[in-house]
Amino acid sequence: MTGNEAIAEGAVQAGCVFYAGYPITPQNELTAYMAKRMAEVGRIFIQSESELAAINMVLGVSAAGGRVMTSSSSPGISLKQEGISYLAGCQLPCVIVNIMRGGPGLGNIAPSQSDYFQATKGGGHGDYHSIVLAPSSVQEAFDLMFSAFELADRYRNPVIILGDGMLGQMMEPIYCTRKKRTTQNAQRTTQKKWALTGCKARSPNIIRSLFLAEGKLEEINKILQKKYKKIQVQEQSWEGLFLEDAHTVFVAYGTMARIARGLMYGLRKKGMKVGLIRPISLWPFPLKAFCNLPGVRRYIVLEMSYGQMLEDVRLAVERKKSVEFFGRAGGGIPKEEEILKKFFKKKVEL
Amino acid sequence: MKKIFSYPTSLNKLTTHYCAGCGHGIVHRLISEIVDELNIREKVIAIAPVGCAVIAYNYWNFDVCEAAHGRALAVATGIKRYRPDNIVFTYQGDGDLAAIGTSETIHAANRGENLTVVFINNAVYGMTGGQMAPTTLLGQKTATTPAGRDASLTGYPLKISELLAQLTAVKYIERVALDSPQGVLKTKSAIKQAFRNQVENIGFSLVEVLSPCPTYWQMSAKQSLDWIRDVMSREFPVGRIK
Repeated sequence: MTGNEAIAEGAVQAGCVFYAGYPITPQNELTAYMAKRMAEVGRIFIQSESELAAINMVLGVSAAGGRVMTSSSSPGISLKQEGISYLAGCQLPCVIVNIMRGGPGLGNIAPSQSDYFQATKGGGHGDYHSIVLAPSSVQEAFDLMFSAFELADRYRNPVIILGDGMLGQMMEPIYCTRKKRTTQNAQRTTQKKWALTGCKARSPNIIRSLFLAEGKLEEINKILQKKYKKIQVQEQSWEGLFLEDAHTVFVAYGTMARIARGLMYGLRKKGMKVGLIRPISLWPFPLKAFCNLPGVRRYIVLEMSYGQMLEDVRLAVERKKSVEFFGRAGGGIPKEEEILKKFFKKKVEL
Repeated sequence: MKKIFSYPTSLNKLTTHYCAGCGHGIVHRLISEIVDELNIREKVIAIAPVGCAVIAYNYWNFDVCEAAHGRALAVATGIKRYRPDNIVFTYQGDGDLAAIGTSETIHAANRGENLTVVFINNAVYGMTGGQMAPTTLLGQKTATTPAGRDASLTGYPLKISELLAQLTAVKYIERVALDSPQGVLKTKSAIKQAFRNQVENIGFSLVEVLSPCPTYWQMSAKQSLDWIRDVMSREFPVGRIK
């Protein structure tokens, strides 16, 4: 299965009842898979007239209580920012998949990690955060869909799955059982008391992000900030490898983490004490991963961008450790040799 | 004795924020009466627009969802597809429906979404201070056409209802005018038809209401009604379009 298809299948099994999307490479397999699979399970698929329409259909379904998803790639995600800001403001759960490609502008269709800032720092207008999860294998892409829908519902907040063109297109075998959970998860929506269902036997529900009364919007923002704080405390996730003895630690996510992992194992075979921190939640950024690592002398941040996650790593280590960086963007996937050449003076041949 | 007229259950007893002589309050009330008469209050989900009616949810006593400017019909599509047993309607102005939301409007109509659309055409952006709308008449003075709308610079009044009538999936379009008590009654009957169509699963139905905006037309309430009858409805003829 490709990463795109695994994400789609994961969403179906996690109970996604509605999907709207607009074609854009390199995530088209996801939309095509949903077109076929949603019909099979009797759910709703719409090819929308634009990314804007898709995200606003998502808003409608979410307001009506359904588990809902849209997907796109970088330029399309930029178009969706209006809706994401409204979803955050209205406190509506949903899942948004970004299979990143090279930018800025129309860029190209090669893998990239240049939308990290947009995904983790808000993206649209206003003080808000989406929860951002970054899978680095096809299996993990499938598995994270369950967490994504759960987190979205638990916090009434948009969740972004941040993958890249490599992950989307790559084929790997995965465990993916079509269990009963597919239908169970789809029925969970009845528990949402705030949802718009028609005001039978209750007072009317209103979904909105507009608060004109003096002081009211500030009050709402404080509620949002309290929620974000809670998410930051409870939902950091990462994978740490060889951190007990590592002197040098690579920090990388998604596709870049696969390259870092290969490098790490190669260097360890040569007897070098190298480890890896792979953030899985990009927001909240896993600050806890950087705590209590007295043996680490240097962090090497690797990204397919010109240094976006780098800023969060610097904040995490508070200038107490050396933080170095290597990145390429615009569709270039770094090779192990060029990374070695930059950071390891002694010639190391893996 | 039998009570034959009362305050609609679907309308909250509040003073609206609308200007004197504005049409929004009238249409809010008509919709409330219709929702009561069709006994669908507990099934209705409305989509409030961005524009003067942005806080319509304060006045209606049923479920309401906000939508970003122009996106009401995309939001409505999501809700109605997911909850086909609910009655979903959008309430949109000319800027919302025929400028920034033109794409959402045309495509929701073309998909034949089983929705009811109440389209308030007052030929001006009211909320933001009386700028030119797509439906502003030629020669009409607004904040952004101080010398009057000039076709060579800004084109012509957009007849979105006539455009939509070309689409196969569209089932019902009627233009009405709030220019007189008779006009108000006709407006009610057209909007009721548009709701009934949804209840009976007939499909996409839209009612365009020519509605007074005395403030930004810089007229009295009475002059506004006359202007709808004598000027505006020449450009936008009332009657069944489809």
